Amino acid sequence: MADTTATPAHSAPRRVRISRGVGEAGWGRTLAATIISLIYFFPVLWIILTAFKSYGDALAVPPKFIFTPTLDNFVSVFSRAYSAGGSAVDTNFDLFFFNSIFIAGTSVFLALVIGTLAAFGFSRYPLKGNETYLFIILSTRMLPAIVVIIPIIVMFRVTGLAGTYIGIILLYTAFNLPFTVWMMKSFFDELSPDVEDAARLDGSSDIRVFFKICLPQVLAGIAATAVFGLILTWNEYLFALLLSGVETRTVPVAMAQTIGGDIGVRWGLLAAIETLFLIPVILVTFFLQNHLLRGVTFGTIKR
Amino acid sequence: MSTIELKGITKLFGALAAVRDVDLTVAAGETVCLLGPSGCGKTTTLRIVAGLEQATAGDVYVAGKRMNDLAPAARDIAMVFQFYALYPSLTVAENIAFPLHYERLSAAERERRVAAAAETLELSGILDRLPGQVSEGEKQRVAVARAIVRDPNCFLFDEPLSRLDVELRQTMRGQIKQVLTGLSKACVIVTHDQLEALTMADRIAIMRDGLIEQIASPHAIFSKPGNVFVASFIGTPQMNLVEATLAGVEGVDATLAFGEHRLKIAVDRAVTALPKGSKVTFGIRPRAFTLAGAASERTISGAVEIIEPMGAETLIHIRVGELDLRVVVPREIRVRPGHVVHLAADPSQLNMFDASGKAVRS
Repeated sequence: MADTTATPAHSAPRRVRISRGVGEAGWGRTLAATIISLIYFFPVLWIILTAFKSYGDALAVPPKFIFTPTLDNFVSVFSRAYSAGGSAVDTNFDLFFFNSIFIAGTSVFLALVIGTLAAFGFSRYPLKGNETYLFIILSTRMLPAIVVIIPIIVMFRVTGLAGTYIGIILLYTAFNLPFTVWMMKSFFDELSPDVEDAARLDGSSDIRVFFKICLPQVLAGIAATAVFGLILTWNEYLFALLLSGVETRTVPVAMAQTIGGDIGVRWGLLAAIETLFLIPVILVTFFLQNHLLRGVTFGTIKR
Repeated sequence: MSTIELKGITKLFGALAAVRDVDLTVAAGETVCLLGPSGCGKTTTLRIVAGLEQATAGDVYVAGKRMNDLAPAARDIAMVFQFYALYPSLTVAENIAFPLHYERLSAAERERRVAAAAETLELSGILDRLPGQVSEGEKQRVAVARAIVRDPNCFLFDEPLSRLDVELRQTMRGQIKQVLTGLSKACVIVTHDQLEALTMADRIAIMRDGLIEQIASPHAIFSKPGNVFVASFIGTPQMNLVEATLAGVEGVDATLAFGEHRLKIAVDRAVTALPKGSKVTFGIRPRAFTLAGAASERTISGAVEIIEPMGAETLIHIRVGELDLRVVVPREIRVRPGHVVHLAADPSQLNMFDASGKAVRS
C-alpha cells in the first residue's frame, strides 16, 4: 500500500483509494451476504420453528412467527396415540435414529477405510489402464439410483440380504466408495513424492510410508470426504425404503411413513423429526469444519 | 568402506536416454559434484544410486556391494532432497529421529543422537516445531541433520542449496562442507550451480545429454577443460571461444586466423603438431586478457561496446569483427564505449580445441 500513497511532490494531490485488508468486506456486502444466507437458511428455520408450534399454530394462515412454543411435538416423535382418544404407543423412533446413525456411520467408516487404501493404490501403484478402472468405479454414480434399483433388489433377494443391517451397510459402503476413492486419490496425488522417497531411503517399508507419512497429510481430506459421505448416506431415502426391513428402517423412511393418519398431516410432528434429524449432521459438520475447509480447498493453497 | 561405484549406467525413458553409459567412482571421504544444465541426467543418476530409479543397464556398487536389485530402504543411503522432503506431520525432532526407527536403539541413545545432530546444525532451539513453522534455511538444516543422524553408506544431495537466498547459500555451503569433512563418507552432490560445485567438490563431473563430459578436480576443470562444452559451461563470465584456422607455426608460436584478424601466440606443443590449415577453436577466459599500449601481431584490436561494472572489476564487451569478446579488467582501468583497445592474451591460459571440440594438449 506504500506505493499508492507515495505521490510525487510536484503533482497535484489526488484521492488515493485505500484498499481494505482481507477480511473487511464493508457493511454493504455484509448485509447482502446476510440476506442471501437467510434465504438459504429460511426453509431450515421454518422447520425448526414449526417443530415448536402446536397443531393449530402450524396450520395458521398467515403463518405465525410469534407463538407460544411447545415441546409436545418432540414427545410425540417417540410416543404418541395413533387415533384420537387412543393411548400413547411407542413409535420406535429411538430405534430408527439408532439405525440411521449406525448404518450411516458404519458404511462411511468402511468406505473410508477401503476407499483410502484403494485411492493410495490407484495413486501410487497405478494398474495398467488405471484410468479405465477409475472410470468404471464411477460409472454406477453416473445413473440415477432408480435405474439400478431392480437388479439390486434382485441381488438382495437372492442373497437374503434384504432387510438386514449387513445388506444396507454393504450397499451404502459400495455407494460411498466411488466418491471416496476419487476424492482421496486427488488428495494423495497432491502429496510430494519426494517425501515418500525420503521415507523409503530412511528405511521405511511401504506400509510405514503409508501410515506414518501419507495418511497424516491427508487427514483434512478424510474429514471432508467423511462429511460429504455422511450427508449423502444420512439423507438417502430410495434404497432405504426398498431394502430395509422393519428392524433396520432409517429415519428418512420412518419420517415419510409418519405422513398420513386420520387427522391429516401433523406438520409439527414432521418438523420435530426433521429438527432432531438435523442435529447429528450439524454436530459433525461443526466439529470437522476447520478440516473441511482445508480439505475442500486443498489443491488451491499449496506452496 | 563408504564408496560409490557406477559401471556403465544407462537409463532409458522410452526412447529417450537420460543417462548414457556413465562410469563414476567416489572414494570414501570424497565429494563429487554432478554438474550440468537441467535435463542432463544428473538427478536421474543420483536417483539410480539411491534406488529410486532402476537403471536400464549397468551396475551400482555402494560400499563394495552390488545394489542393483535392492530397494531404497535396504541400501542404507542418506539423501537430502531439493525441496528437503521433510515429513510435514512430524516435528523437527521426529523428522531427525525418523531414520533411526530401524536401528532398534534405546530411547536414550536415540535422543542423544538426535540432540547431537541438532547441535551440529544449530537446530536445538526448534526441535518441537513442525516443518511448516520453520524458515527455509532451517528446513535445509533439518534435512541435513536427518541425513547425518545415522551412519549411512554414503550421502547424496540433490540441489541442496537451490532454494536458499544468496547469503544463506554461502553460509550453508561452508556448513555442509564442514559437516561432510568430519564423516569420511562418499558423497555425491547434484547441482546446476557451478560456484557450488567449485567450492564444495573434491572432483566435478560435468554432464551433458546423459554423458559425463569430464571428471576432474575443480582446478583442473577450470584451467584445463576437456572440451568446448566444459570450457563454455564453467567460469563466469563465460570463456571467449573463437573459431579459427591454424594459419602457421613458427617455433612455439602459432598464428591463428579468424575473420580478417590474425593473432600470434605461444601455444602447446601438441598444437604446433597440428597440420597447417586445421580448423580449431581457441578459448581465452575474460580475466586472461590485458590491455596493451599499442597494437601488434600479438594483440587483438576492437572497439569497446558495453561496459558492465561488477564492483571490484569491470566487464567490457569488445567488438572484434563479428565477435563479441568479454574482457574483465580491474576497476581502475577506465574505458569508454567506442574506444579502440588492444588485447593481449596470457599464453599460459590459452585453451585450444580441435575441429571435434576436444582439447588439444600435450
